[in-house]
Amino acid sequence: MKEETNSRFLRIVPREKAFYFFTSVGNYTGESAASMKEFLEKISGVNVKSLEFHLYRGDFEKWITEVLEDRRLAEEIGRLQKANLSGETLRSQLYSAVQKRQRLLTSGFTSVY
Amino acid sequence: MKDGGAALKFKNNSLALDATDLKILAMLQEDARQTYTAIGKSLGIAHSTVYDRIKKMMEFGVIRKYTIVVDAEKAGVESIVALMTVFTDPKESESVAARLSKAPEVLEVYTSISEELLILAKVVAENQESLHRFIADSVAPLPGVLRIRTSIVTKKFKEAQFSLVPNSKKG
Repeated sequence: MKEETNSRFLRIVPREKAFYFFTSVGNYTGESAASMKEFLEKISGVNVKSLEFHLYRGDFEKWITEVLEDRRLAEEIGRLQKANLSGETLRSQLYSAVQKRQRLLTSGFTSVY
Repeated sequence: MKDGGAALKFKNNSLALDATDLKILAMLQEDARQTYTAIGKSLGIAHSTVYDRIKKMMEFGVIRKYTIVVDAEKAGVESIVALMTVFTDPKESESVAARLSKAPEVLEVYTSISEELLILAKVVAENQESLHRFIADSVAPLPGVLRIRTSIVTKKFKEAQFSLVPNSKKG
């Protein structure tokens, strides 16, 4: 049961449910992520303005909750939103949070909702 | 042409517009509710001539439709307009343009080549959030879309229809 849940969080979602990175309203960077693994990769390379834009709109939290269905990671992202981070500090913290969660899920040892 | 106007010839059909046709079009563009009689009187021709020429121009698609221009602000409709540039994979450009054309939020769609193949579109939305949701949910996921640049219109200085007779007035 736990492994099934973990793999659900780590699955690749259809293109129409992927996360599309924007730097501001209507300005799409051309980067998208269709899984937690890809999301982590994109966090490290996308324009940091995009991370700031989406974090403070609550877009990451919403996508992780509604599409990846990983409420625990969504809560962690929500905490980062409240920390009022920006720039490379934000990138680093966000990357770290997602990477930690991904490692936990891939290891098979985790508490899940 | 006896009244000095050059006839316009169209590549894909045999209809050639003469100066009288152009004057009729100019008058209709000014006010499409004018009667055939009023147009004929103004131009010094019979109303039946006006009728025949308008009918012919409709048959050939020169006149596509009669409509009204609504001032959304005065009508109390909250909306924002944005000009969207969609950079695309050349192979998918036509299909992206076709998909955009079907969306009610998109008012105009053009393709263009500068350094890259791109699509220009005029988009209307209720507010910035609905504009963003439309672009994020319906445009960015389209196959072939490489990136998107959007400018929200803050003030409109001019909006006019193309006129066949730019400086002409009645008569």
